[in-house]
Amino acid sequence: MTRRGADAADLAAGVFVLLLGGVAVWAAGVIPTTPLYAQVGPKAVPYVVGGGLAGLGVLLVAAALRGGWSADLPEVAEAGPPNPRALGWLGGGLVMNLLLIGPLGFSLSAAAQFVCTARAFGSTTPGRDAAIALAVSLAAFFLFVEALGVNIGAGVLEAAILRAIGREVI
Amino acid sequence: MDSISGLALGFGNAFSLANLAWALLGCFLGTAVGVLPGIGPALTIALLLPITFTVSATGAFILFCGVFYGAMYGGSTTSILLNTPGESGSIITALEGAKMARNGRAGPALATSAIGSFVAGTVGTLGIAFLGPVIVEWALVLGPAEYFSLMVLCFVTVSAVLGSSALRGMTSLFLGLLLGLVGIDLQTGQPRLTFGVTELLDGVNVVLVAVALFAVGEALHMAWRHHEGKVEVLEVGRLMLSKEDLKRSFWPWMRGAGLGFPFGVLPAGGTEMPTMLSYYAERKLVKPEHRHEFGTTGAIEGVAGPEAANNAAAAGVLVPMLTLGLPTSATAAIMLSAFQSYGINPGPMLFTQQAELVWTLIASLFIANVMLVVLNLPLVGLWVRILKVPVPQLYGGILVFATIGTYGISNSVMDLVILYALGVVAMFMRRFDFPVAPVVIGMILGPMAEQALRQALTISQGDWTTFVTRPGSALILALAVLALAGPRIWAAVASRR
Repeated sequence: MTRRGADAADLAAGVFVLLLGGVAVWAAGVIPTTPLYAQVGPKAVPYVVGGGLAGLGVLLVAAALRGGWSADLPEVAEAGPPNPRALGWLGGGLVMNLLLIGPLGFSLSAAAQFVCTARAFGSTTPGRDAAIALAVSLAAFFLFVEALGVNIGAGVLEAAILRAIGREVI
Repeated sequence: MDSISGLALGFGNAFSLANLAWALLGCFLGTAVGVLPGIGPALTIALLLPITFTVSATGAFILFCGVFYGAMYGGSTTSILLNTPGESGSIITALEGAKMARNGRAGPALATSAIGSFVAGTVGTLGIAFLGPVIVEWALVLGPAEYFSLMVLCFVTVSAVLGSSALRGMTSLFLGLLLGLVGIDLQTGQPRLTFGVTELLDGVNVVLVAVALFAVGEALHMAWRHHEGKVEVLEVGRLMLSKEDLKRSFWPWMRGAGLGFPFGVLPAGGTEMPTMLSYYAERKLVKPEHRHEFGTTGAIEGVAGPEAANNAAAAGVLVPMLTLGLPTSATAAIMLSAFQSYGINPGPMLFTQQAELVWTLIASLFIANVMLVVLNLPLVGLWVRILKVPVPQLYGGILVFATIGTYGISNSVMDLVILYALGVVAMFMRRFDFPVAPVVIGMILGPMAEQALRQALTISQGDWTTFVTRPGSALILALAVLALAGPRIWAAVASRR
């Protein structure tokens, strides 16, 4: 292998793991101790895991400084440039879902997310996507509520449908 | 209970209408998610976990195992017709299978992989039925110290031995262990790593983590790397195997099954290694007149062997899961958490305390194999149609189910925030080649390992040497060290020569 300089992206990944380990060690430190008798207290394993993660972070940083690993990955080497448009639409859809699911309920919010996701992956027919999205999200809602017995709580659209078919609104 | 009377009991139960229906539903769903790129059995079973609140344990596990087996069958269809393996066990199948399809031999490739899957699945399930009780007998003498060492061995093999890098595998494992620590400590009642967030007191839900890793992270990664373009689905053609094809497939099926099952049983898990070994073995053993087909027009041996190895290994994974409570794949880990939500402890006691459940499940696996071969060969046209679901709408739908599966746990937007945040982490893990399966395994096995550790140390009155002075435990730990250091020492010795 030829000598290379540090790989900035890999270095960032290593530093992230190192920081995560640091946070975990700190969080282990603030676990309240207990007067209860125990051979191994509640702190021991969190210290080991946090310390281990920090140690792995150090090794990853060292590997990144020696040239990193992702330049050798065929998937990274052959990949085209990142696609900010697709990532933006997808991320926007996720954020929109977070904001809408409370006031509007699951089906409408998930349908909006569906349309954004489809747009991210290159769909050019938002109207058709919206129709499919509503069908899919309503089907998912009734599948989970009726078949799996999960209580999701009816939103605006679900309540209207339940009222229309003369059922009690959950 | 011995295997024969166990199987008799199991088949008696498995042929009830309800259990047959669960098996059929599982096989159908499993094949569908196996065929669809972007979703796999781990995600599907995670999303189906709420079913454990309403359905009997037997029904739920028949469904889950149907999904698990079905996804193996479906994955090969995608590999052959699309040249994009749906899951890691099918990567090798794509090598020769896609070449056969491009040369107009997709039908025989699909047939040999479906029948090979059936042969290997049946051999593997027989292995579960006859090996399971033997391992249980042996496992009953294990104490908490041995259990802890066994889990350490499992951690080492799933993270450091498999996969491209021990360092990145271990990092994934420790991330999973960290996630598993969040919540109230069961022994002392203290909140750990909750950062004052009330929602975290109950711990991070396994469904949430699985959905984040396998659905949200995957979708984000695909979007990041997305470029416009159409994928081409190859034509199926005639499905029949000629006499010659059958003759060329038979021994690869047998060898693949024989190779795959032991690999699945070992706490090394993983289907990559046995499929790869089977591929190389078949390339070596093929008759000289067919050798040129490897890598050019596609050799049927190169599909039959690895595909059988894949399914036998998948069946093998159920052995440590059912007998020891050790999950060695992400899917098995999620099934283990389903056992926990029924209050059932998988492990040696399972075969005695839940004998009816275990044997009904094993019998259903035989039935599921028959169903899958029927579902996959005559109905292949249906799966080809599913393959043609356009990517934009496919990912839209996956995220709808991801959202409802997570939001349904607690109706809390906080859970969705954690889901998306972990999804972003998972996207970067894909980018930097950190494997995701060790995260799930670490998260579920971690708390069990901690419990075993504390029990062992309570028994030994705080003496840490208990792990190396008890011979069983010492032996298992030595194996773990060997698994971790062996390949490196080997490489060092080999490079010196």
